[in-house]
Amino acid sequence: MILTPEQQALLDGAKGETMAKVVKTLVMYGDAFGAERMAPVTSQYGHTVISFGLKAIRPVYALYDELLDAGLVSGQKFTADPKPLDPKVPSSLLEDIVFKKIMYTDQKEYEQQLRRLGITSDDDYTCTCYLDQVGNKPGKGDVLSWAESSAVVYANSVLGARCNRNSGIIELMGSIAGFVPEFGLLTDEGRKAGWIVEVKCTKRPEAQLLGSAIGMKVMEDVPYVKGLDKWLGTELDDAACAYLKDFGAATASNGAVGLYHIDGLTPEAKEQGEALVREGAQIYVIDDAELERVKANYPVVWKDPEAAPQLCFVGCPHLTLSQLNDWTAKIEAALRKNGLPQVTVPTVFTASTPVLKEFEKTVNASKLRTYGVVLSYICPLMYMNNPLCKKKAVITCSNKLRTYTSARYYTEDEILDIITRKEAAK
Amino acid sequence: MKQFKGRVVVPGTCTAEALVSHGGFNTLASYQMALMFGDKQVKCGDQNNADIYKKPMLNKALCLPMTIGSTTGGMILYTACSMGKQPACMLFSEPIDSLAASGAILGDVWTEAKMPVVDMLGAEFLDYVKTGMTVTVKEDGVVEVE
Repeated sequence: MILTPEQQALLDGAKGETMAKVVKTLVMYGDAFGAERMAPVTSQYGHTVISFGLKAIRPVYALYDELLDAGLVSGQKFTADPKPLDPKVPSSLLEDIVFKKIMYTDQKEYEQQLRRLGITSDDDYTCTCYLDQVGNKPGKGDVLSWAESSAVVYANSVLGARCNRNSGIIELMGSIAGFVPEFGLLTDEGRKAGWIVEVKCTKRPEAQLLGSAIGMKVMEDVPYVKGLDKWLGTELDDAACAYLKDFGAATASNGAVGLYHIDGLTPEAKEQGEALVREGAQIYVIDDAELERVKANYPVVWKDPEAAPQLCFVGCPHLTLSQLNDWTAKIEAALRKNGLPQVTVPTVFTASTPVLKEFEKTVNASKLRTYGVVLSYICPLMYMNNPLCKKKAVITCSNKLRTYTSARYYTEDEILDIITRKEAAK
Repeated sequence: MKQFKGRVVVPGTCTAEALVSHGGFNTLASYQMALMFGDKQVKCGDQNNADIYKKPMLNKALCLPMTIGSTTGGMILYTACSMGKQPACMLFSEPIDSLAASGAILGDVWTEAKMPVVDMLGAEFLDYVKTGMTVTVKEDGVVEVE
């Protein structure tokens, strides 16, 4: 890799040994991928995936102390993934003890560390930092030093920014240095598609199921998806963006997708069309049967597969304002139809604090509460990362949550049906 | 015994028992429970990976095509290295992915752990190596399987 004189000086220790190690890490990272130079980070804000003060990862906080002790902080303010705890979310006494006394014992100290490193605000803990209400929305062509698989794939695909699937820690180091190695999704060649996905479903495919199927098939390659225009249209309106948010999160967690192109819709596909497809790209045809096959193959890891659902999470990734409004209308109609005052399964909807604050200004927020739905800024994934939850029958329409936890996946329509049935269904 | 030649990502040598994942290795899903609750054998917690689910990963030669999943992956691998809970080595049939590379490099630069990493060993490597075989990694990226 060819470094500028300034970058070389940093590597040689001009700003201390710790900064030299930061740059060495970035250089080795670039070398592993044949990067020839560093690219300046041009976005206004960064985003970190590490939002939790988890006792098990104390080495990370020790490393951050080392950075802070050396006077190193992020060169750009940044947002962070959602917090792991929220007292509003139902939990047992035993779970509370596990969460607060065993797992997230370092939460307060870590949040203090993030303030020192440069987090934008105590409200800005969300995986959907790119929503207007949060305001960390990079422009097309911006080079980012972000981590959080669902945010990175959204920024690359829907916003046309440029970011590799960086890991936690590495993303902070890029923001400290102000540059990242130029390879992969930062290059024109790396943004070309190795797969053409032809969607031939008879009805609008469930976003998180379609994303799962594609992620498992293409793994870390870039898919060029055709056939979605009949349902999503050709403009990135609220509904299309919400769909792509959920779709992308599933491609990234069920596989390792960092960028997708949607024919006629996402910015680069609109500009370049199938010129984005590499010669010799493989083809994957998805129809109703293929989606059914994918869904049927998800393992059910509940202790009692026939158990009645005890908790439902909707909002991984965090919901948008329009999704909160849509869900309110659907629950209202279903409860009325079934003659019920409230949902029959404890249900938590998750969204960022800025989105929830906007939602609170509408009548729908109090409606949802009346229907028994809890609104929270929590990260459902972090909530479920403990053995107690394995014994709990948790349902979700998030394929990301399904992948990392014992939560059982259902489509959005199925979730609506389950939580508004007269008897909590088995 | 069969030899395979790959590219050295993190240098080093070791001999260890193979643990083979034919599908993508989801670092977060595999490690989260073991790290959180101090599992001494570091058993794999990824229910979606039938090859290695519930199998001990500590000190094994982890043979895999690539890692997948959450971008906490590198941070998790770094944490495993810091706590001495890393595999003996990581051997990739394909070019290494960005998350695995991050974790391996963070472990190399910021911890005392020794975890050689070799990638681009080829599909034949993953076809040949079986869980329980003995794997030897040499300094130049040569991997012997027997």
